[in-house]
Amino acid sequence: MSDETPQDDVSPSDSTDGDTKQHIHVDSYERNWIRISIGFLVFFVIMITIAGLALGIQVPTDEGRVDPNTLDTAPFWSEPGLREIVPGEEYEVYIVARRFSFEPRNIAVPKGAHVTFWATSADVQHGFALEGTNVNMMVIPGQVSKLAAQFDEPGEYDFICHEYCGLGHAVMYGTLTVEP
Amino acid sequence: MIEDRATQSARELTKSEKWFVGWHVIFATAALSIGIQYGPMQALQHAGVDLYPKLSFLASSYYQGLTLHGVLNALIWTTFFITGFLTLAVVKGLGRPLKYPWLNQIGFWMMVVGLVTAAIPILANKATVLYTFYPPMEASSLFYIGLVLVVVGSWIEGYGMYFTFYEWRKENPGTRSPFVVFASLVTMVMWNIATLGIAAEILAIILPSVFGWTAGTDPQLSRTLFWYTGHPLVYFWVLPAYLSWYAMLPKQVGGKMFSDSLARLSFWLFLILSVPLGFHHQFADPGVPAGWKFIHALLTFSVAFPSMMTLFTVVASLEYGGRKRGGKGLFGWIKALPWGNPSVTWQLLAGLLFIFGGIGGIVNASYNVNLALHNTAWIPGHFHLTVASAATMTFVGISFWLVPYLTGKPLWRPKLAVIAGWTYFGGMLLFSNAMHVVGLLGAPRRTPLGSAPYIPGEWAGHLWRVGIGGTIMWIGLMLFIVIVAVTAVQRKKLPAGVTIEVPIAESLHDVQDTPAWLDRWRPWLIASVVIILLSYGPQLYEQITQVQLTSPGFTP
Repeated sequence: MSDETPQDDVSPSDSTDGDTKQHIHVDSYERNWIRISIGFLVFFVIMITIAGLALGIQVPTDEGRVDPNTLDTAPFWSEPGLREIVPGEEYEVYIVARRFSFEPRNIAVPKGAHVTFWATSADVQHGFALEGTNVNMMVIPGQVSKLAAQFDEPGEYDFICHEYCGLGHAVMYGTLTVEP
Repeated sequence: MIEDRATQSARELTKSEKWFVGWHVIFATAALSIGIQYGPMQALQHAGVDLYPKLSFLASSYYQGLTLHGVLNALIWTTFFITGFLTLAVVKGLGRPLKYPWLNQIGFWMMVVGLVTAAIPILANKATVLYTFYPPMEASSLFYIGLVLVVVGSWIEGYGMYFTFYEWRKENPGTRSPFVVFASLVTMVMWNIATLGIAAEILAIILPSVFGWTAGTDPQLSRTLFWYTGHPLVYFWVLPAYLSWYAMLPKQVGGKMFSDSLARLSFWLFLILSVPLGFHHQFADPGVPAGWKFIHALLTFSVAFPSMMTLFTVVASLEYGGRKRGGKGLFGWIKALPWGNPSVTWQLLAGLLFIFGGIGGIVNASYNVNLALHNTAWIPGHFHLTVASAATMTFVGISFWLVPYLTGKPLWRPKLAVIAGWTYFGGMLLFSNAMHVVGLLGAPRRTPLGSAPYIPGEWAGHLWRVGIGGTIMWIGLMLFIVIVAVTAVQRKKLPAGVTIEVPIAESLHDVQDTPAWLDRWRPWLIASVVIILLSYGPQLYEQITQVQLTSPGFTP
């Protein structure tokens, strides 16, 4: 019953009703707060779902594996770099992270290019975050990371290693140039 | 009935029990006093002031210092303080001694041996791997063995608490367990379930590789096991602070606990929801399917709910206390709270900062939004609001009554202790805000930004706020350490007739009105295991069956 009875102040009311042991006593303010809390959380879930499905903002997912010990002979990974799929429109970059640099270190694409970034590590765990985009992923030995971005603004965008990979970690970065 | 329960917990700790808790506090505070020395060095490095060459006796590199900072503050200070504080809560709350004191002694000294074992390679620069276990970067085996001993020791201390509770339960069937005891046990049980991940990672993957028994490690599986433990670790830090906010702080401000039932419900929700959400730390990982990441995002949102309930209940309890002290009006009760009491001030400020920590946490959990901040300086900005504010500031606040209680000596310079709280609070506001901002701009975490070539000059203002804020925080905590140290060693005793009591608030409603199902363990434990199996089982099965122990180890 106390479940149903609103209590409007915080006085120490003795709810002496005998049979309350199955119900939680919930103050009316508190009940409203619980509703607001759940409402907020549901709203946020809806927003991230819309962003994921309708706007297509996706996080990295399982893209298969590659042996870190044989990258030198693996298809694509043995020759990291830019690949043109549709000139001026669609590009792929294969990036190998190795202490303490990315290969390739410099990438140039034309304005309007849609670029898919494939990355893996030859040694320890690294990170790959590209300035000004949603491309932010872990680069882990044995795993293939993939994210894509569209480049409509000419300029220079740094990509940096954001996982501690050893004493030279702070200097590990590269640059993507979007040509006008 | 109320009187019965009051007398039930009237038993004070014996001298040896006080020493036992005291040793925890001594080791915890000693670890903190070393760990915080690196804080301003890191913060000032970001601002472009490099103290490392001048202070090379403290650390050979930024990263060795950062390892010490993380391990000593986030793992040692917290674990030692928490196990000591919860032992006190169980013994005091049940009003009876530990069932097997020797068991808790074994657990504690195992933690000490583990601490020393891990400290040797860290100090020798053989374990400069920070406090995350991310193979194939590998440390000396002693580092891992030491930390395993710390964790297992904490389990054993937990077992000692369970046996003590079980004995009490047999003698008191049908009586609601005292909230402080209940909350302590939930924390230790959750910790026990949660640390299975890191135990498996170290024992099954890392150590075999370090010893050369396997060709290497599987870094992705290692990360999955690490974060199985890594996020509940945050709740292990925060739940003892919640215990204090729910059940002790109200007493200290002259109020009562607002809702015993909802407090218990929120702790049960933490038990079942703290663990099955680790993938929200791995949103940017390649080897985890996006669908599982989304499920863990939803579960992370659900664990935000008991924290929001906590916010209401704690504020309501404080308001009740503030109004009883004569506070009027919408905000008058806040002013009426005993701000001159350093224990209260540190904890109120902890709670205030934690509101920002909670909001940031919801942002972190937000799946694709996380791409904007994953592994940026935002993250340490965030967790300094949780472990370094909510947990640490509350533990400092607790120390201000705990050390006088354990030693029978008055707190030295309580006014200075209040000032120290505001100092740390101000420093944290500066530091944390600036870290969040540079993180959103793209600055990576765990990086000496002062020597990173890609950091634009325009960020200097933010980075200076990081440096100044970090230094101010250091001043606040150094004052704490001096105050508790002088309190403990001074000759002055409490005046005759004056005793310090362990503040345990009464509930606003009769505790026996709390529904029985909120005081039963079995259904909640089963729920916990089931949710873990559902949320982790399929992915763990997949990753374990496809394991490739092929990444050879590297030293930093």
